Amino acid sequence: MAINYIYPDYEIARNQDRCINCRVCERQCSNGAHEYIEDLNKMVSYDEKCVNCHRCVALCPTRALKIVKSGHTFKENANWPGKIINEIYKQAESGGVLLSSMGNPESFPVYFDKMLINASQVTNPSIDPLREPMETKVFLGPKPQKIERDEKGRIKKVLPPFLTLSMPVMFSAMSYGSISYNAHESLARAAEEVGIYYNTGEGGLHEDFYKYGKNTIVQVASGRFGVHPDYLAAAAAIEIKMGQGAKPGIGGHLPGTKVGPDVSRTRMIPEGSDAISPAPHHDIYSIEDLRQLVYSLKEATNYQKPVIVKIAAVHNVAAIASGIARSGADIIAIDGFRGGTGAAPTRIRDNVGIPIELALACVDKRLRDEGIRDNVSIVVGGGIRSSADVVKAIALGADCVYVATAALMALGCHLCRSCHTGKCNWGIATQVPELAKRLNPNIGYKRLVNLMNAWKHEIEEMMGGMGINSIETLKGNRLMLRGVGLNEKELEILGIKHAGE
Amino acid sequence: MREGTFRNLSGCAISGIFSKSGKRFSGQKIIDSIAVMHERSNGLGGGFAGYGIYPEYKDYYAFHVFYDDSAAKKDCEDFLDSHFDIINLSKIPTRKIPEITDEPLIWRYFVSPLPTKLADSQLDEREFVVRCVIRINTVIDGAYVFSSGKNMGVFKAVGFPEDVGRFYRLDEYEGYCFTAHGRYPTNTPGWWGGAHPFSLLDYSVVHNGEISSYDANRRAMEMYGYKCTLLTDTEVITYIIDYLHRTKGLTFKEISHVLAAPFWTTIESKPREEREELEFLRHTFASQLLTGPFSIIVGFEGGMMALNDRLKLRSMVAGEKDDMVYVASEEAAIRIIQEDLDRVWSPKGGEAVIVTLKEGQI
Repeated sequence: MAINYIYPDYEIARNQDRCINCRVCERQCSNGAHEYIEDLNKMVSYDEKCVNCHRCVALCPTRALKIVKSGHTFKENANWPGKIINEIYKQAESGGVLLSSMGNPESFPVYFDKMLINASQVTNPSIDPLREPMETKVFLGPKPQKIERDEKGRIKKVLPPFLTLSMPVMFSAMSYGSISYNAHESLARAAEEVGIYYNTGEGGLHEDFYKYGKNTIVQVASGRFGVHPDYLAAAAAIEIKMGQGAKPGIGGHLPGTKVGPDVSRTRMIPEGSDAISPAPHHDIYSIEDLRQLVYSLKEATNYQKPVIVKIAAVHNVAAIASGIARSGADIIAIDGFRGGTGAAPTRIRDNVGIPIELALACVDKRLRDEGIRDNVSIVVGGGIRSSADVVKAIALGADCVYVATAALMALGCHLCRSCHTGKCNWGIATQVPELAKRLNPNIGYKRLVNLMNAWKHEIEEMMGGMGINSIETLKGNRLMLRGVGLNEKELEILGIKHAGE
Repeated sequence: MREGTFRNLSGCAISGIFSKSGKRFSGQKIIDSIAVMHERSNGLGGGFAGYGIYPEYKDYYAFHVFYDDSAAKKDCEDFLDSHFDIINLSKIPTRKIPEITDEPLIWRYFVSPLPTKLADSQLDEREFVVRCVIRINTVIDGAYVFSSGKNMGVFKAVGFPEDVGRFYRLDEYEGYCFTAHGRYPTNTPGWWGGAHPFSLLDYSVVHNGEISSYDANRRAMEMYGYKCTLLTDTEVITYIIDYLHRTKGLTFKEISHVLAAPFWTTIESKPREEREELEFLRHTFASQLLTGPFSIIVGFEGGMMALNDRLKLRSMVAGEKDDMVYVASEEAAIRIIQEDLDRVWSPKGGEAVIVTLKEGQI
């Protein structure tokens, strides 16, 4: 039926003069967007199959390919953009929920881009990180409440369990299953080399990766996949996933096609079965239940490991965080609405949750107003794109940030937002062996290390410019930020002044 | 513009003199010392703290208060009456000189908390006094308690420090320790409360520098109930010292390791016991670390601490002669009052000079 036809948003532009019919594009595309027609001795392309992942573009030896916006359009209508019209056609056809991947791409304000960083001048010297020590080491965990001394008057150095990071960035949760073995290996090795942590997500910990345990955060999510005593014991910290920024209020779904023998063993579920995480934890219907899970996990690990509670940034995030800070959690992770995902209902991803900058500002303020900010560290994710975002998040009050989308980009992700198809041409969000092997972990981990080192240098430069030589004095130092183009209410929530004030 | 409505960055001069034997000497010395560094101030603020100056009232809190007008005075005295026994009250004696003008009403009260009020509050005595001071300073419009310790007092004004000293007749006071401050603010404060030293109870701070950690420190301290109303470094540093010393029970040496914590690389090179202690302090009091340039002299009951930031981005020299210890932004400010020194040195960044009275003095 012709009414189903949706003209592609993007077209594959092939320069026939350059094309040598080498068929690399054909072999590289898991979506079948390229085909060699023998009779014509010619490569042809199918735009409707293209997801715009740039795999063919990047590998074409003669630069014969590029992807361009199609320019095809409906009659212009401010109320009915083409995207919405096409979605209606799709749903009328399928009767199903629209699926998407990665973070919210819509044009909501990016507050990080409306905040500017200070620099020292005249009254206070800037500090050159090439000449002076510049400290980015961070601890995550609660601060001791009491100073106790022994009989000789020496301070008893008893600290609650904590994490030590060389810089305030960690790789956030992505499960084995949603991403490939090689992607996990790259993240684990990079975390170890940089001196930070990566997060297993809710898919369990592959037996090969137990050796990276001291740089691993293991997740306990509503599906409890892969959770067993050794898994908890292997980790440096345990994260209870209550929510995810990309899809607050709903659970997860790993299609059975991605559950091969390895994933099945790691998740402790039958091969080929869908892995469905319920929307809530069915043993947590209120805050007191969360407290029980926090302490169950602490009991199971002899109170040796910090427990993180991860929540999505939603409207009452400050009240929720305040409750969590009083429930035994050592670290609160907040995930903003720009956060990525391997698959989420489009409507949820694009319409639920709030920006991480506002969530962070209000949580930090609430915990301070209640005098409990020292009980917990705050980690924020879901929208951190660069070292400047890191600096701004720390100045707003975060102890550390989580990055995932940026880490995947370091591994080759081109943000085509098609993870849910499981056919990732870059070998990241796939379990198809011939695709997964395209990601070489020896190269992947180095690229992640490079990215972190580059960010660290940039963070140090910005800190030095502010006359700050230790990251802890940047934390919550909101005077170092000024807003541009923000209204009074936004400035009030962010707790910053406008530029010029 | 009044201090507290904007952040006023300053360059400065500081000086401190301390007698370890507790021998009391005239305030004229500290005036002579700070006057040498005239060039480091710009006439927009000067002040002094003296310790051991009220031996006859040493068991009472000495409140020095600025009033904008007599209405503020009445409100404040009503508050004091209902919370304290007022043992003595008077105007602080001053000398009219052309260099110092626009003075507020300046009053002094020797007080002791009302036993019933204190018992009702369920607070220890010093905490009770702190809360009353913060209450007056934040709630009573036009009243400002700028000194609240026992057997010590702060004297400050808008002007060059040597003029401020003459104005307050500092030469007529005798104490075992004096500190002084000459200010070079980048904005014009019209209000005397913004001058230094800043003090709370017997803790007083004079400071030369501009800390880049200010807002991180401020927000941390406000969580513990302090109200940073002046937006000055000195104010927040004083609160940090009060918090660490009085509330957390740290020694001044430990406090110096919090304020100007050694770098991690330095800590790692220390022997185990010391390393663990430094790590513990840096970890626990991360929000009280100061970064950016500063040299401070902290006065407290029976002692004095001088400290530079960890990169030593501000000058500070120390000298010793017999039982006397001197600290100043410049060596000349020490030599003018004691030419013949047993020892003179430049303390390293983060290395505190801490002196206390010998056992049994005062």
